[in-house]
Amino acid sequence: MAESNSFSIPLATVEAGESQVQTAYEHPWAVRFCHWLNTISLLVMAGSGLQIFRAFPSFGPKIPQHDLLNVPKPLALGGWLGGALQWHLTFAWIYVATGVFYVAYQIFSGNYRQPLVVRKDLPGVWPMIRHYFFFGRKPAQTEVYNPLQKMAYTSALVLGVLSILTGIVLYNPVQFSLLASLIGGFHLARLWHFCVLCALLLFVLGHLIMVILHGWNNFTSMLTGWKRNPEYLP
Amino acid sequence: MPDSAKSPKSKTMNRRELLKLTPMLFVGAFAIPKIRDPLLREGVAFTDWASAKWFRRGHLAPTFADSELTPLNQFYVNTYDLDDPGVDLEKWRLTVSGDVKRPGDYTLAQIQSLPKQAQNTRHICVEGWDVIGRFGGTRISDFLEHVGANPDAKFLYVECADDYYESLDMASALHSQSLLCYEMYDQPLTREHGAPLRLRVPTKIGYKQAKYLTSLRVTDVVPKTGYWEDQGYPAYYGL
Repeated sequence: MAESNSFSIPLATVEAGESQVQTAYEHPWAVRFCHWLNTISLLVMAGSGLQIFRAFPSFGPKIPQHDLLNVPKPLALGGWLGGALQWHLTFAWIYVATGVFYVAYQIFSGNYRQPLVVRKDLPGVWPMIRHYFFFGRKPAQTEVYNPLQKMAYTSALVLGVLSILTGIVLYNPVQFSLLASLIGGFHLARLWHFCVLCALLLFVLGHLIMVILHGWNNFTSMLTGWKRNPEYLP
Repeated sequence: MPDSAKSPKSKTMNRRELLKLTPMLFVGAFAIPKIRDPLLREGVAFTDWASAKWFRRGHLAPTFADSELTPLNQFYVNTYDLDDPGVDLEKWRLTVSGDVKRPGDYTLAQIQSLPKQAQNTRHICVEGWDVIGRFGGTRISDFLEHVGANPDAKFLYVECADDYYESLDMASALHSQSLLCYEMYDQPLTREHGAPLRLRVPTKIGYKQAKYLTSLRVTDVVPKTGYWEDQGYPAYYGL
């Protein structure tokens, strides 16, 4: 039945059909809730952000204007600048609230230990990279997340915070003039905001590839919380 | 420990956990146009409200050195309709009305007789570009005092020679950098930049900086919010 272990994750042996399998409750309700809500708000923020960018697709001066790229209309949300602003300024609150709730939950529950990369994880990062990209031997999995994974999730959280800070500067560069000057002023903030988006999209791409490679059992654990026969269990 | 661990049937356990995610379905409301549009309006209204809350009367917009100015010929001219609505500068008057002690038509000379203030501030367009310009004019607060406006009124409402119109909340209007601007780069306003008089409020987004002003009303109730706002842009948009 349920038992505690060194990973401090609830475990259970369940009946599935005729056999019994070991399952681990990897993702508490709050984490799954935030994950999927954030998936939606991140998509909305990215889509409406790209529509806003279409109004002036450059980071240089208005005169002379050199367009950087033409964001294809199907990738953009909101239809026009005003519509995109409505989406962006509405979902910004959902995005921020989800982030605040997630961080608070992780801290108070102690569950932050699961995804947060710490110093002792660092030696394990390179072996994972070698395994994924250079056909290296697969290091033994001792926790829910491997060191590289932890590093990716921690980076994503940092990127999320940066997207909010740079966004605040873009929306209110006068009231937040100190924050604005810290990141190089309004004009550069627009570039940083865009760079953060690119980095987040890169994370999402890598995340999706890994999810596909790791199959259904892994995917459904983010829906139900339970993962069958996780490899870190004996 | 989740309750589900007590009855370890894989299916019931999973179903129970899935149900816990159902509160998320509220975002599905954004997929239904009839509900979505009012929701988005509320979202923008909430953002406007928050933005007005953290507006600080005494906090100045950053000012810049003359060397940081965008040259006037690189200061983009944005109009919704025409660059020059053909204002007769000789006959021009600013019609002041509403909650003021001294309503009437004011000449440019009368406005210019009040202390002049010039400042280099950033002008930001909602599209995303920005320029740093030099603006000179009369503080709106001085002019409102001059005409005996009720400072407790909620809005200024201005109309323009090109049929543009705008509203400005009183707190932003009374900010010490908010100008009735008649000079750019120490020269009288050019026609494409809004001659003879425009708003210059560095704590507001570009579309609030109405040009070719013809009338100014002090009021608690605005007939409309603004040309772009009435098409869906945020009404407050403070910077």
